[in-house]
Amino acid sequence: MFIDLLIMLVMAYGFGFLYYGLYRNISARVHGRFGPSLAQSFYDSIKLFTKDTSTDFGWMFFAGPIIMASGAILTVLFIPYFNHGERLVGLSPYGNLIVVLYFMVLGPLGNALGVGSHGNPFGAMGITRGLTRLLGLEMPFYIAVVGLMIANESADIGTIMANQAETYNIIAHPLLFIAAFISFLGFLGKSPFDVVGAPQEVYSGPAVEFGGKFLALALSQSAIFSFAKLLLMVDLFLGGADSLWDLILKTFVLFVASVFVGNVYGRFTTAQSVDFLLKVPTVIAIVGLLFV
Amino acid sequence: MQKGFVAYNNEQKSLEAETEGIKNSQTLIQKAMNWFSARSMFVVAYGTGCGAIEMPPVFTSRYDIERLGVVGVATPRQADIMIVSGYCSLKTLRRVIRTYEQMSEPKYVIALGSCTINGGMYWDSYNTIKKLEEYIGVDMYVAGCMPRPEALIEGFVKLQESIRNNTIQPGYVKYREDYAYYQANQEKLLGKETQPVYEEDYAGMNLS
Ligand code: SF4
Repeated sequence: MFIDLLIMLVMAYGFGFLYYGLYRNISARVHGRFGPSLAQSFYDSIKLFTKDTSTDFGWMFFAGPIIMASGAILTVLFIPYFNHGERLVGLSPYGNLIVVLYFMVLGPLGNALGVGSHGNPFGAMGITRGLTRLLGLEMPFYIAVVGLMIANESADIGTIMANQAETYNIIAHPLLFIAAFISFLGFLGKSPFDVVGAPQEVYSGPAVEFGGKFLALALSQSAIFSFAKLLLMVDLFLGGADSLWDLILKTFVLFVASVFVGNVYGRFTTAQSVDFLLKVPTVIAIVGLLFV
Repeated sequence: MQKGFVAYNNEQKSLEAETEGIKNSQTLIQKAMNWFSARSMFVVAYGTGCGAIEMPPVFTSRYDIERLGVVGVATPRQADIMIVSGYCSLKTLRRVIRTYEQMSEPKYVIALGSCTINGGMYWDSYNTIKKLEEYIGVDMYVAGCMPRPEALIEGFVKLQESIRNNTIQPGYVKYREDYAYYQANQEKLLGKETQPVYEEDYAGMNLS
């Protein structure tokens, strides 16, 4: 059990950063550049762990990234990696989808607590943007997830995966998938929903006062968290994974789809993104709910 | 001529022998740390002078320095490298020093353009500083007025090499150890109020 948890974490860290490296690489090719090496994000994170931290705004400032990291780690541990239910199921027998949804918002809240203690206006702006966006994101995602729960008469991720043995939910409930996918793009924080840390507007937003080890922690948790969200989407809509290759293939396809969307569309403003999220995907999700 | 050359050669050899000594005294962990800090550099680009115009091409498609692991960041807290791109007026110098002091170690400075080396074409200006290294620790100079993007990339590559092989004493170490010297220089120009004056005990910190 303990070894399983460790493997899950290491895999999430590894794949999270690998995919982030791929994201940078693909974006570079879209811009007509070569881009950094695939392992660049690992180098960045290890280098940041070896750096000093020059800021101190009291213990709450340091607790912020730690709460964020625990949110991400707990999320990934409650999502089973495979659908046969033998290995790498983590803590999922002890908690269901509702627990996962709860842990998913722990990160932004921890972030807000940490940022609140340093009083940098750009941090506060970033957090306000993040929480406003979260408001828009949660609505369609929760409706889609509730739809799945009703269809499967269960809130257990394992059961939802097992019920997809014949048809994947992406085919059985396409509208729910579209709604969930759009808010998944927002959860990933990539363009067009990258309002939180927009470097040209709010100077990296919530991370503005973080440097060194705590920035490294924030980066690592975001890599782990991204992989957790990919996993959740694969589990809920693509029937989970049989084997490691299946897992890599499915998460990769989903990831590449999100990268392409991100590279085609420019950034929404905060108001636009909430407007869009509350209109388009929410309506799609409600219509999808009617078909369940 | 010949004699001078031999003397120069000997001096060069003794310098190299010294750096060899530093190189061999690194522990494995230090080596790894140096390798990683050379491989990943976050840059805060302080566009002070006209040389700033050469930085955008370095970071975008034409020269794409992200290949070397160099990316721009928006705040000095996250940065490893500061590029000071040209002349500094007295007013700018204050900001440069504050930015430099906000960066967390290990940190490095690249000074871009002749103005930062000896004043360049502003050598007799009443209003700009002449040698940047008298005020903050500088690790790499890129000469030229203005230097081409290739020159800046060359500067980065050289700096990465010297960090990896530990062949220079980093500017921040000098700054820390010799702070009295730097502070005296700063105060000569800017007066006593170089450092920000905090009036209250902010968030429980003792700032006096
Ligand atoms: S070195 Fe030349 S280009 Fe650079 S800041 Fe000075 S005058 Fe301008």
